[in-house]
Amino acid sequence: MSMNTKHIILKVEELSIGYKTKKAETVVASHINFELEKGQLIGLVGANGIGKSTLLRTLIKVQPALSGSIFLNGKDLKSTTNLELAKQLSIVLTEPISSKNLSVYELVALGRYPYTNWIGSLTDNDITIVNNALKLVNIEDLKAKRCYELSDGQLQKVMLARALSQDTDIIVLDEPTTHLDMYHKAYILKLLQKLTKETGKTILFSSHEIDLAIQLCDTMIVMQSDTVVFDEPCNLISEGIFESLFPSDLIVFDTKTGGFRVNK
Amino acid sequence: MTIKKAYGFQFVVLILVLFICFFINIGLGSVHIPFKSILGSLFGTIDNNTWQVIIKDYRLPKAITAILVGSGLGISGLLMQTLFRNPLAGPFVLGITSGASLGVALVILGSGLFGGLLAMSLISKWSIVIAASLGSFLVLLAVLAVSSKVRDTMAILIIGLMFGSITAAVVSVLSYFSSAEQLQQYIFWGFGSLSNLSWQELLIFFGIYSIGLILSIASIKGLNSLLLGENYAKSLGLNLRQSRLVIILATSLIAGTITAFAGPIAFIGLAIPHLTRQIFKTSNHRVLLPAVFLYGAIVMLICDSIAQLPGSDYTLPINAITAIVGAPVVIWLLVRQRKMMF
Repeated sequence: MSMNTKHIILKVEELSIGYKTKKAETVVASHINFELEKGQLIGLVGANGIGKSTLLRTLIKVQPALSGSIFLNGKDLKSTTNLELAKQLSIVLTEPISSKNLSVYELVALGRYPYTNWIGSLTDNDITIVNNALKLVNIEDLKAKRCYELSDGQLQKVMLARALSQDTDIIVLDEPTTHLDMYHKAYILKLLQKLTKETGKTILFSSHEIDLAIQLCDTMIVMQSDTVVFDEPCNLISEGIFESLFPSDLIVFDTKTGGFRVNK
Repeated sequence: MTIKKAYGFQFVVLILVLFICFFINIGLGSVHIPFKSILGSLFGTIDNNTWQVIIKDYRLPKAITAILVGSGLGISGLLMQTLFRNPLAGPFVLGITSGASLGVALVILGSGLFGGLLAMSLISKWSIVIAASLGSFLVLLAVLAVSSKVRDTMAILIIGLMFGSITAAVVSVLSYFSSAEQLQQYIFWGFGSLSNLSWQELLIFFGIYSIGLILSIASIKGLNSLLLGENYAKSLGLNLRQSRLVIILATSLIAGTITAFAGPIAFIGLAIPHLTRQIFKTSNHRVLLPAVFLYGAIVMLICDSIAQLPGSDYTLPINAITAIVGAPVVIWLLVRQRKMMF
């Protein structure tokens, strides 16, 4: 693929996000523009409460946009049905799944839901895709385990495998690294990077692991109180975007190491 | 990993057990009838006319009622537990049973309050059935109206419980003004009963039950996706609002008719799904739904056989037996896994 034939999966134009009630409209962020390409790993970062989850919830159609447009594979998200969306976009949320009694295999197989018949029978093709998803995330040995037996890190991998078995162009993950130790944080994000390379899927995730995201992502979306910036990590560093992310009296960004440190 | 391979043996055993329980249930009663004559009267005619009548018009309808009541309550419990993501949910939580009770209370207890028009002689079996059906149907309409407005499933659960409280309050007010005879009649209805259903009544019962069962089977795929939670289910392409309506409708039809014809029968709806999950070790509704059907039917037949107190002329209230069997099951599950899951 040459550089000038970009394959855009998700395009956001002049998007404004927030909450609307009968009386008032609360704008969380506005004038958001970005294009996510095929096979890219995109990190969404920003301070607590800045609207990362609101943006993700808007992108996955859990809540409506206030204004602006979202195009998934060239089609307006508003006119996309739930089932069409399910075949193009899969999600991993922060909320726990309702039934921890499911086995890992059953859970990953539920990713085939949009493709199966009225009673959910798995075809040979479905089974191949499910097994492949388990293999990609390296959890084949967990197959028969129940979800309540898993650690947080294992569960996160299982949820990722479920999203993979849904066989979509883009996977959106809301804070996939929370509750994980340092090793598993790096492991999950590295795994996401590997998946974009191996499967050609676009993966968008929100995270507080800014230094890891800088090292691993192709592009990043940085949410600040007044603007939303979208660029490659090295450009974001040279533009000094990360310096203004947090109040500098406590935390400063080190341009040389690409990481934050506490002002002693 | 096909379902047939993994669970085929268990299903064959369950179906066999169901047949055995069915014949034991028919075989037991205050009148002793030899097994040969039972089979003879089921599949043809026998010389002893009294036995023939006992089997065909009394014991056989009662055994079929037990199967419908047990399987139906189990299935509606399963549907409610998955939909409301609550291991304690059962047909009672939607207020369906409460609605039926209210209808019956108004007919039996209210007859004194509203004067001579509804004299005691008018309170036939049918008026109780109609009152119970109307009561549960009206609550169903209210729940459906609420569920199309309220997005949160937990809110619907609480609204169902509130219906229960209102019913209890109205019943206590009514009983304050009622005669001892009326109270007794209401209490007897509350005991639950599987007997006294004519073939005609059974046919109506079976018809409505079947519609509910078909809707439940059609919901299997959606129920499985709901195991992940509502947001995940939607992200998989589920039409949440529609599925929720179908599931609630199925439960109301099944639990509503059961309460109308057999009274408010406790614990089966709550305990059977848990028992089944424990034994089948799956959350897949494609396996659970038929398994709950079989377990519910078997347990209800056993409860009914116990209720007849074999060898005596007495019949205990079926509700007491289901609670005695059901409550320990729930306790055992809690102690064993320290946590209730669905």
